[in-house]
Amino acid sequence: MKAHHPHRRRGRAKFATGIIGLVIGAIALQFFRVQVLQSSDYKLQAESNRLRLLPIPAPRGTIYDRNGLIIADNIPGYAVYVLAAPRDSMNVSLRRLQPILDLSDPRIEVLEGRIRRNLPLLVDVDADLDAVAALKERSNEFPGIYIEMRPKRRYRSGAAIGHALGFVSEIAADELATPRFTEYEQGMLIGKAGIERQYEELLQGTRGVRILEVDATGRLVGSFAGREENPSLPGEDVHLNLDLPLMEWIHSIFPDSMRGAVVALDPADGAVLALYSAPTMNPNDFVGGIETDLWNELSSDHRQPLFNRAVLGRYAPASIWKLATAGIALDAGVVGPTEVMPVPCTGGITILGQYKRCWNPDGHGFLDLAGAIANSCNVYFYQLGVRIGLDRMLDAGTRLGFSRRCGIDLPEENPGVFPQDRNFWVDVFGYRPLEGEVLSLAIGQGPNDQTPLKMAQFYTALARDGSAPAPRLLKGTDPTDSWRLELSRLAIEELRKGMRGVTSPGGTAYFGTALEHWEVIGKTGSGQNPQDPERPHAWFAGMAGPWGGEPEIVVVVLVEFGESGSRMAAPIAAKTVDFYLRRKYGIPIDTIQTLAEHYAAGVLAPWARQ
Amino acid sequence: MVRRLIRYWAIDTQLVGLVLLLTLFGVAMIYSAGVLNDPSPVTTGAWMRQLVWLAIALVAFTLVSRIPLRWFEWVTMPGYVFAVIMLAATKVIGTGAGTAAGVESFIDLGFVRFQPAEFAKLATILALARYLGSRADEPATLKDLVSPAVIAGLPLVLVLLQPDLGSALAFIGILFAVLFWAGTAPWLLLLLASPGVALILSFNTLIWSGYFVVLVIFLYMYRYRLYLVESVSVFIANLAAGTIAVPLWNSLAAYQQNRILVFLDPSVDPRGAGYQLIQSMVAIGSGGLTGKGFTLGTQKRLDFLPEQHTDFIYAVIGEELGFIGTLLTLITFALILYRLVSMAEQAEDPFAGLVIFGILGTWLVHIFVNIGMTVGMVPITGIPLPFVSYGGTFLLMSWVAVAVAARVAHEEP
Repeated sequence: MKAHHPHRRRGRAKFATGIIGLVIGAIALQFFRVQVLQSSDYKLQAESNRLRLLPIPAPRGTIYDRNGLIIADNIPGYAVYVLAAPRDSMNVSLRRLQPILDLSDPRIEVLEGRIRRNLPLLVDVDADLDAVAALKERSNEFPGIYIEMRPKRRYRSGAAIGHALGFVSEIAADELATPRFTEYEQGMLIGKAGIERQYEELLQGTRGVRILEVDATGRLVGSFAGREENPSLPGEDVHLNLDLPLMEWIHSIFPDSMRGAVVALDPADGAVLALYSAPTMNPNDFVGGIETDLWNELSSDHRQPLFNRAVLGRYAPASIWKLATAGIALDAGVVGPTEVMPVPCTGGITILGQYKRCWNPDGHGFLDLAGAIANSCNVYFYQLGVRIGLDRMLDAGTRLGFSRRCGIDLPEENPGVFPQDRNFWVDVFGYRPLEGEVLSLAIGQGPNDQTPLKMAQFYTALARDGSAPAPRLLKGTDPTDSWRLELSRLAIEELRKGMRGVTSPGGTAYFGTALEHWEVIGKTGSGQNPQDPERPHAWFAGMAGPWGGEPEIVVVVLVEFGESGSRMAAPIAAKTVDFYLRRKYGIPIDTIQTLAEHYAAGVLAPWARQ
Repeated sequence: MVRRLIRYWAIDTQLVGLVLLLTLFGVAMIYSAGVLNDPSPVTTGAWMRQLVWLAIALVAFTLVSRIPLRWFEWVTMPGYVFAVIMLAATKVIGTGAGTAAGVESFIDLGFVRFQPAEFAKLATILALARYLGSRADEPATLKDLVSPAVIAGLPLVLVLLQPDLGSALAFIGILFAVLFWAGTAPWLLLLLASPGVALILSFNTLIWSGYFVVLVIFLYMYRYRLYLVESVSVFIANLAAGTIAVPLWNSLAAYQQNRILVFLDPSVDPRGAGYQLIQSMVAIGSGGLTGKGFTLGTQKRLDFLPEQHTDFIYAVIGEELGFIGTLLTLITFALILYRLVSMAEQAEDPFAGLVIFGILGTWLVHIFVNIGMTVGMVPITGIPLPFVSYGGTFLLMSWVAVAVAARVAHEEP
């Protein structure tokens, strides 16, 4: 048999050996390629295979008030993650978490949309302690779930500082798309309003990275678990000009049933001592996602508790504007500080071809500027308006920023409504204005709506030398004058004398504003509004300081539909300044503050007889 | 004394020594494959079960290696018929098992589950060796290859129906290895393989066209050594394979194509495209030159590796022992195969040499496909690595094959 002749066998054996060598050699070559030449690539892949990077949010900076009291700090909270895994198993994990974390169906859908390959999914930024305990207890049933302790925002005073401070919440998709937040990632908490928003970049800090080792099913394993590769850097602390006890005090004295705003500024530098809007909201409710029911309640409430009236609400300034008219007239030199208006108030006046009434049909007689302010005499201010003239009124009002924002360091502020020139009437009302428009403007009516903050800024100028810095919430920033009224010392004294007339014996606001230790001066106003003609908005704008001294606090109170500036707004203002100044000078706080309260409580006020 | 005892037991100390070394190495790697961060009962105790199987295999080796070669020749035909019946029976009473749960390749005997395909390989080797060894001349024409092709093709089709692509490939390896040792001219073997080549190459028209031109030239060159009917049938078979494949494949929807891929081998792609291959290559590649250390492979520990104690055991070797480990293992395999070649070369008895080459053919296919798939050289196919992968029947039958080979060496002077 030829085929199995030893010679033929040897030939085939050599051939076969060659084939075997070729096959084994080819395999060895491929292993050499994979294990030696490309090994570093695969090592990298192996790492990314088993290591998951989890961003660690930095503790947010603490927010302090002007006295160093903590307004907002952090307490331990629990975040729940589903670690990166194939989409299906992440979906399953979500559904299993649903009952435990009490997630709504829409929320689950949102979360499902966020599932990305190789990225851990943040399910709950602030899980209940009960839910966390349940998850830890049954950790075997929940592979791929990671619970991380992370700092959680707490607002110590809750509702009292809600509007000024804002709140933190999970970053929204549309926010992520903006250039400001390019460094941010889904699931991060960011300031949504107020100070938290304004100083977001300061407060946020720098995220850290935690390395987690997981197995193929996404379960946490190994010694790597929880090692923080890059520790987070806490956000910077923020010190505010706000006076926390004062905010709490205002929150406690502002009538629950009323809506409105209180703004208190330090005339020395424009520091915002208080910025309160009622009704308010509790920022703690928003931390870790607000509950749907509460959100619906807040957003559908006709009282608009989410609306910061202090900086967004615009109201006809009415009589508190008369100080602006007076200031503009003095600045323009069309009236002397002590000059008596030649035409007396007889309950009305025929001026610029029309008959205009004063609020007092009995008339005020001959008045100088201080008297006109004290009596809020319309007839006097009509005449002053004519002396100023419409164009000069518009120019001056514009220069004083009544159609602009004050520039407070808050993310939201509405500019006032005030005509910059005559075209305003053409644009808005469709007619060219006559000179007579100045009459309405002079008494704070007409096309003129201002925020409480703006009015407070204006009164700051009267508490100073005529210059007005931009209101600042952040402590330590240099005051920058945004505008200035050229007022002589005498002119300022006369204006204050007029305001003193409002709050001294005989003045309308006397009983509501008279305080034992401090002199309160100011102006009341009743802002007509289209919503309810019977019930005007109640204004009080004024300032206070030690008897015989310079004003140390400017305060503006607005109470929507409060009817009476002197009876509704003025007492709130007086109680606000009393609280602030008593604390400043170390005088014990008393809840019976104003003269009216003394009488109501049956407590004698011997100091009031002076 | 001891050496003589060992020699007496092992018969061929070189072959048996290498194989025993490899098997013990395999047990160690199976042990390592069970060392997981989150241990599973299937893999943790596997090394002990493998040790038990090794004991059984060694007993079988001892017994089988005492059986004269002639006896094998006598039982060849009944054994082959029995194997085919068993394979057919798995279609009716077969069950899936372990990591091959989707393939009905096991017969449950109550106390043990048995894979008829492993037995059928040995039976087919013997049948082919018997048939070709008893022929006066080497196969010289395609017609001479028909009978061997049928002998190997019958069990091949049956395992393909299970469906077990890996074992089917092993039968092809057996057929070609035995035909080669029977003295079949390599060009004839190429012609035999040509329709299969045409089928694979047909997915690229240009390559297929070039291939077809080469084939026609080839047929023309060998026109005097082939019957016309043979040339024509090779031509037609190639043409048919090449032309039918593409339209057939394209007429299927993507999910149907996937279904066919899954039909061919259900273990492919259970979790997204190429997951197993990627994980296997990451494990092997990250092992680097020296590996991460025995039992310390991170990809394995964290369960990223698929089928790590059976089909992908080589990825564990690659990850933990590095290129040095894989190279040494490959060299061991090469030495074993080379030893088989030497034994066949020295065998005067055609039957003996053919049996050894049949065994060599199986192992070469298993080694190439199993190791090759872990580094992306061949598509992923459920096929174990001889002596190393976990699996009782396979280990037992591999050792029986060793026993047969050793017996051959014993009977040759």
